[in-house]
Amino acid sequence: MLEQFPMHQIINEEGEIVDSSSMGDITTDEIKSFYYKMLRARMLDKKCVHLQRQGRIGTYVPYEGQEAAQIGSSLALQEGDWMFPTYRDHAATLTFGHSMRNLLLNWRGRPEGNVAPEGVNIFPPGIPIASQLLHATGAAWAEKKRGSDRISLVYFGDGATSEGDFHEALNFGSVFNTPTVFFNQNNGYAISVPMKRQMKTKTIAQKGLAYDIECLRIDGNDVLSVYFATQSAVDRARDGKGPTLIEAVTWRYGAHTTADDPSKYRDQKETEARRETTDPLLRIERYLKTQEAWEEEWLTRIEEEITLEIETALTEMESYPEPDLSQLFDYVYDTPTWTIQEQVNNHLAVQGRTTQ
Amino acid sequence: MTTTAINTKKMTMIQGVRDAMHEMLKEHDDVMILGEDVGVNGGVFRATEGLYEEFGEDRVIDTPISESGIIGNSIGLAVNGFRPIAEMQFLGFIYPAFNQLMTHATRLRQRSMGRFTVPLVVRAPYGAGVRAPEIHSDSVEALFTQMPGIKVVVPSNAYDAKGLLIASIDDPDPVLFLEPMRCYRSSRTEVPDGKYNVEIGKASVLKEGDDISVFTWGAMVIDTMKAVEKLEAKKNVSCEVIDLRTLYPLDKETIAASVQKTGRAAIIHEAPATGGVSNDVISLINDTSFLYLRAPIQRVAGFDTPVPVYSLEQEYLPSTEKIQTAILHAVDF
Repeated sequence: MLEQFPMHQIINEEGEIVDSSSMGDITTDEIKSFYYKMLRARMLDKKCVHLQRQGRIGTYVPYEGQEAAQIGSSLALQEGDWMFPTYRDHAATLTFGHSMRNLLLNWRGRPEGNVAPEGVNIFPPGIPIASQLLHATGAAWAEKKRGSDRISLVYFGDGATSEGDFHEALNFGSVFNTPTVFFNQNNGYAISVPMKRQMKTKTIAQKGLAYDIECLRIDGNDVLSVYFATQSAVDRARDGKGPTLIEAVTWRYGAHTTADDPSKYRDQKETEARRETTDPLLRIERYLKTQEAWEEEWLTRIEEEITLEIETALTEMESYPEPDLSQLFDYVYDTPTWTIQEQVNNHLAVQGRTTQ
Repeated sequence: MTTTAINTKKMTMIQGVRDAMHEMLKEHDDVMILGEDVGVNGGVFRATEGLYEEFGEDRVIDTPISESGIIGNSIGLAVNGFRPIAEMQFLGFIYPAFNQLMTHATRLRQRSMGRFTVPLVVRAPYGAGVRAPEIHSDSVEALFTQMPGIKVVVPSNAYDAKGLLIASIDDPDPVLFLEPMRCYRSSRTEVPDGKYNVEIGKASVLKEGDDISVFTWGAMVIDTMKAVEKLEAKKNVSCEVIDLRTLYPLDKETIAASVQKTGRAAIIHEAPATGGVSNDVISLINDTSFLYLRAPIQRVAGFDTPVPVYSLEQEYLPSTEKIQTAILHAVDF
């Protein structure tokens, strides 16, 4: 199966183009904008890990290392399309139009973190593994029934392919030919459990064969391969040709969350080596250097720009009004049931308060 | 109740269920049915008979046999403009979909601060007493009354079934619509043509009485009415029988008013006693009517055992004798 599903690359680790035929007519400026978005995501991620260490946000889920997979794929979507992220996909949601302030609020335990700006169709992150795949087929099915050309893209990890919902979603997508992109980020580990304990298969892409859907395996650290592979899957979906399973092979540098220690279950030397070899940002830097399109002052300038954006969002997050009880009680039902109304009143009465 | 209907027809409960879906499919393009065997076959109990032929395969959809898949897809459809009615072939088969209900369907409104809502109805036949194979007879309504974000509705006759199902489909939040199998064809009631609602959260006083309030729902309505009839024929006792019809949210006013009138209460259900909805009824009576009580509240329920194979199900189910004994125990206290 490894022969049937080789890991497709457009730009290799050295920054060399190895498949120019798959590059369309992308310009150097566009590639620089991909780099910009990856750098923005990486700087936000590093900042969040620091914020967690400082106690300014709660448990944080880092994605460093997976920027190409998330950004390349999200850039292939159009306004109106649907994105179904997991808890590790805020590089993708940020790129697709989520608000940075709201993303930060998420790590502060605030429901606003689940709410993207009006008109941006991003679902609250799926927490129980693989459960969100079925929402992606359902929402895409709704678009198809309405005759629109909107599609859905859903993220999930290698471990998610062990769940029933993964298989049920691929099956529904296949049977009803829903316009869905199943975007797998295979980072090799489900917290501590390595891929070889998760499955006997050498690839995840091959699992799509059982459902007779299109399946691809790509280098998830090559933003161009990710972008063009996703673009082709999105086009197929829009054209009514049904779902695609994409396996993007990647690596998470950090812990599963800030609450665990990856050195307990994997050799962190590999992670350190990967920062110098497979890193998604470094290879674009290398590529741009081969094109003589890399300027240190450009890098300094965009780093300053991103730092300012992050600091602004952080200030907004930290000065955001405290949560009120309406967030607890008012959104359970369209109209709170009498039991909830009674509970609110009793809660307030004990505290000597009269309003939420 | 609001109604614009004029003509009525005598129907069984299963016909009332079908009539509600027929009405809503006809009136609303966003209503659709998903489930195993709901299409060509018309449902294993005939609940969707003829709907596939009338509304087509895009609206009455035979799905893979995949409970989590059915509910998960229904969530995606519901947040994106449709009103799915998802059929679980039996309530005992809902467990693979539990996660989709517990962590998604019932929480999306809150998780997204109202951005995404799930106007979903999950229909499920349930209950023992029809000599069904193993697992088909479970009565696990209490797993869902403790699930914030969903409403739990249980009709026991055709009129209520139609009006409650229409109200459930019109409800902006998820509703679990439980259909006691033993009631499907046990009686016929007059059912109006057209669209009418039976309000969710309102109990129905089936029979007025003075000495005790007997609360029940689902197929236990049949046994409770029988027990009360037998008892009143031989003893000088007057029972009020109330079909709760909605198990969450309970009808506080009707329950409290009845107990305050009679001063006694019994609750009859076939689900296991421990953790059963009876406990919420008792708690509600305690909160509203403690000083009106003249006897301890009686409870007749299933055992804390799995629902058995059908050779033993009559042992499991509350019998009319047990119901009579409980009522007398309260009245003679």
